[in-house]
Amino acid sequence: MKTNPKLHRHLNRKLSKYGAILAAAGLLGASLTAEDYPTAKVDTTGLAITDDTVNVGQLHSATGTMAISEAGSIESEKLAIDQINAAGGILGRQIKVTFEDGASDWPTYAEKAKKLLEEDHVAAVFGCWTSASRKAVLPIFERDNGLLYYPTFYEGLEQSHNVFYTGQEATQQIIAGLEWLAKTKHCKTFYLIGSDYIWPRTSNKIARKYIENVLHGTVVGEEYYPLGSTDFGSLINKIKLRHPDAIYAIVVGGSNVAFYKQLHAAGITSKNWTLLTISVTEDEALGIGGENLVGFYSAMKYFQSLDNPNNIKFVAAFKEKYGPNSVIGDVTQAGYEGPWLYKAAVEKAGSFDVDKVVAASGGIEFTNAPEGYVRIHDVNHHLWSKLRIGEWQPDGQVKVIYESGLIEPNPFPKGYQ
Amino acid sequence: MFGYSPSELWSIFVMQSFSGLSLFSVLLLMALGLAIIFGQMGVINMAHGEFMALGAYTVYLCSMIVQNHCPALMPYYFIIAILLAFVVAAAFGLLVEWSLIRFLYKRPLDSLLATWGLSLFMQQSYRSIFGAREVTPTLPDWLMGSFNVTDTIQIPINGVFVMGVTLVLTFGVWLFMYRSRMGLNMRATVQNRVMSGASGINTKLVDRFTFSLGCGIAGVAGAAFTTIGSTGPDSGSRYIVDAFLVVVFGGMTKLVGTIASAFGIAQGQSIAQFFMEGTSGKVTILLTVVIILMIRPQGLFASKVRS
Repeated sequence: MKTNPKLHRHLNRKLSKYGAILAAAGLLGASLTAEDYPTAKVDTTGLAITDDTVNVGQLHSATGTMAISEAGSIESEKLAIDQINAAGGILGRQIKVTFEDGASDWPTYAEKAKKLLEEDHVAAVFGCWTSASRKAVLPIFERDNGLLYYPTFYEGLEQSHNVFYTGQEATQQIIAGLEWLAKTKHCKTFYLIGSDYIWPRTSNKIARKYIENVLHGTVVGEEYYPLGSTDFGSLINKIKLRHPDAIYAIVVGGSNVAFYKQLHAAGITSKNWTLLTISVTEDEALGIGGENLVGFYSAMKYFQSLDNPNNIKFVAAFKEKYGPNSVIGDVTQAGYEGPWLYKAAVEKAGSFDVDKVVAASGGIEFTNAPEGYVRIHDVNHHLWSKLRIGEWQPDGQVKVIYESGLIEPNPFPKGYQ
Repeated sequence: MFGYSPSELWSIFVMQSFSGLSLFSVLLLMALGLAIIFGQMGVINMAHGEFMALGAYTVYLCSMIVQNHCPALMPYYFIIAILLAFVVAAAFGLLVEWSLIRFLYKRPLDSLLATWGLSLFMQQSYRSIFGAREVTPTLPDWLMGSFNVTDTIQIPINGVFVMGVTLVLTFGVWLFMYRSRMGLNMRATVQNRVMSGASGINTKLVDRFTFSLGCGIAGVAGAAFTTIGSTGPDSGSRYIVDAFLVVVFGGMTKLVGTIASAFGIAQGQSIAQFFMEGTSGKVTILLTVVIILMIRPQGLFASKVRS
């Protein structure tokens, strides 16, 4: 939607004669106009903001190993930005996006973050995916006082003045899922499996502590395989030998497909086994194939098949923009939330200044979130969100069979480190 | 023993042997094409993994076409797709040899750089054509599931299938190298290029053929692996390390070396991963290979040629 600035100004002048009418218009929810928020007032720190545009950055891998995973986030963030622009932008300003490719290479991420903040002076950045990329840009965001919206569920143990985490931190995803396994599936023994890097290791550490100290269960095995491994024969034999009540899997990337195919071929199916994973979304299921996942469970805050009006609208809009066959995973949805939470915070603050946006963010609600309802935590920059357990169907979608209440984010869980 | 019944231990032993054999055939399949190119021509083909991905994408394309146009052929297409994977990869290999490799035979380090560049080019092409997401072809039903030998022993069909492909391919290569005229020419060229030329062998043609054959075999390997894992633009770079490890450890020039090396590494890794844990098992095997190569730099089997 394009507005004619001249006409706008004219109308504004006219309207300001009738202060009461202006107030009424505000109450009716007319979109905020740039004139009500002069640039000099909303931007005191030299960000790339004009009278009718605000420049933001997007920093993801469009090439390299991570491109597979980050494609969804790139798309959903763009969708959110388009929708915000169509609804009048932020403080009457249209959002312009500068995209930078992190190329799955962490030093490149740092370099591009620096470029976005120091040359382009973007007001906010939506980006990063792996923890490694986030850790690489973190010092730059903190030094230049930038603002980053990070979409991935991750291991926690971080909280920065300059970052908002729209995915779940580990305890939100892990504890409720394990509790569900123990209560409804009566699982006492667990086999923990992961790809060998920080997220699976930290997550399994939390899982083990919770299993041993709270559920009073037993961990009968804990194993890590190098990223990209495709041979799980020995592991599967060990699982069969120890026969745990539940397999708890955090295998990622290309290994995923090999892992689930081999489980299936070796007769480890949902008929006799219980498997819960926190690393398979609809995106991964596309590669793994629904038939290899049937009856296994994923613990996520969002699934494409969530049945609520927000999500139905979101899925329809996403498919209209990116094709009827596109799938939407947890992180894709979390990416979608970033720009909307940013808009809400800026408009509450009445300013684009990073410090003011950050100060206004605590308690911000997003009631139109596809996952239902989220709220930014008053203090720790993460989101209050629910956890869902989905049971995989042959078509690569899940049936949601459990939903928790809103879980408080707790990035530094006591007793789990 | 260890609280398990003898029958449980027996079935674990059988399954464990099978997973070792299955890894062996995967490694051998990866290394075979590389061994031919590296061993026979001395060209280090850094794009070997990408040729495998080419084969895998060929199968994926076939599966899409068959599924959309004649679903009745679904149970049979895979065999044809594998042959097609060979043809496509071999043809592209021929093109690459003609346009790039043949200028670099006397400059091995440059050929390393050039094929690495080629691998980047191929990766990016896959990304542009097929997208960044990993894909899996729809497999015919007969390739899924497992044979239930007993209640506790399950032999996965895809594993058996990969073994079968490896067996056929290895035997075919052996037959070709040691029982055919062209194979003889190839071996002669390796041993003494000038002499071979003098006795009437067109060594340039032999080179072109060898390179193309190696690429074709890589294509078949990639096609067979679609039954095990998924294919993405950089799947190739996942294979290349293991493939080189097997070839170098085996001693480069002899087929039997490659086979022995693949077998040793696979069984070692499989056993180590059973008694240790995934990553540490792999690390142990890598370290062992490095130590053996320090003591015996020529690898397990080296051809005895007077230098």
